[in-house]
Amino acid sequence: MPITTEFEYMRPKDMDAALHAFSLYGEKAKALAGGTDLLVHLKENLSLPEMVVDIKALDELGGMALKGDALRIGALVTFSDLIDSLLIKRKFPLLWEAALTVASVGVRNRATLAGNICSAVPSADSVPALALYDAVVLTLSLKGGRRVLISEWFTGPRKTALRPEEIVTALELKLPEKKHAGCYMKLSRYEGEDLAQGGIAALAFSDNTYRVAACALGPKPARCPKTEAALNGNKLSEKLILKAKGIILEEVSPIADIRSSREYRLHMTQIMLGRALEIAVARLSGKGPKYGTENSC
Amino acid sequence: MKPHNIQFELNGGKVALIVEPGDVLLDMLRGKLGIKSPKVGCDRGDCGACTILMNDKTVRSCLVLAVEADGAEIVTLEGANSRKWTRKLQKKFHEKNAFQCGFCAPGVILSATELLEKNSKPTVYEIKKAIAGNLCRCTGYEPIVEAIAETAKEKC
Repeated sequence: MPITTEFEYMRPKDMDAALHAFSLYGEKAKALAGGTDLLVHLKENLSLPEMVVDIKALDELGGMALKGDALRIGALVTFSDLIDSLLIKRKFPLLWEAALTVASVGVRNRATLAGNICSAVPSADSVPALALYDAVVLTLSLKGGRRVLISEWFTGPRKTALRPEEIVTALELKLPEKKHAGCYMKLSRYEGEDLAQGGIAALAFSDNTYRVAACALGPKPARCPKTEAALNGNKLSEKLILKAKGIILEEVSPIADIRSSREYRLHMTQIMLGRALEIAVARLSGKGPKYGTENSC
Repeated sequence: MKPHNIQFELNGGKVALIVEPGDVLLDMLRGKLGIKSPKVGCDRGDCGACTILMNDKTVRSCLVLAVEADGAEIVTLEGANSRKWTRKLQKKFHEKNAFQCGFCAPGVILSATELLEKNSKPTVYEIKKAIAGNLCRCTGYEPIVEAIAETAKEKC
């Protein structure tokens, strides 16, 4: 299918030229990295830019590095890069597991983590993990840089705090101080391209504290603080899981759509929470399924 | 719109042409360069029929602008001789009757090529994960998975 909307294309080699373009065109400029969302939007006339700025020649947007407890993931890092990274697999296993559930290999080879949060669909698989690792989004414009907490990044479905003259340069994740293990459960109908009908991520720590976040179960992916509070300080038990299952229903507000009813999503929210917590705790003591397996409902 | 001069490597040969910013790589390969193995299926990244190798990685050519190919190395099934696993996969697919209409086959074979280049001893689970983004409406996948598994057992 041809793209009918007309736009200019540029591939700047230095950041200054890119930022000038975003300053000049504002909302009429679109950043192109993997293009797996942008091309679909262009084909369907959902996006009508005057200038497409290919940011792939901007070397400073690439790479991953852990300095102290801060992991910087450049805006050009793809999901395949995350999956191929031993650093991510060892230190941020929940993000690694979530990356494996994103679309398919051919999409992951191009799609970037930064693009996932810029597209900002409620079902973004990476976001519960980002929320649990206290991610910060780093943006840049001619006016300077900003650091936006992931909890303040999403302003609604497909809406973010990114300003028209800005680009995302990187994400910064915080390595938890204590030993941790995690699990991302994704409710989907088949492998490959399916969007999450719901997703729950959990982190478990050795001191009986927990972190829980959800995606596709509300207008934006988010942490579940009430559920976390109910869990914290307690050893995981059937009774505790039952209590948490009751509380998480207060923190999600799924829609009904062609893929599943609201009632089904609410029911599966509880199932996913229980499984994610059990698997995370089992992994904490070296048991449970390997990361990247048995995480779809 | 300002056209762009691009040059890239296609199946081992050099290609130079002029493209519009909105030209899609899949349409350019099929329409301008006569490369017909990547198919127009869903045209939105879901089905995998348009899969090609771009800089040694499978990509959805329906989701790549032609202008982005500038400087890239592109391999389609037509250039399969340059990859060590691809011909073997084709043979085994033929032997196992692993495609019927053949529409998905170029994409599946390139996805399997990428898998075997990274992991020459994949488990069935890993094979299924690797081709999860390539939809086949004929075979029920079983002969495809078998063909890839049996190819992997051969010496390369």
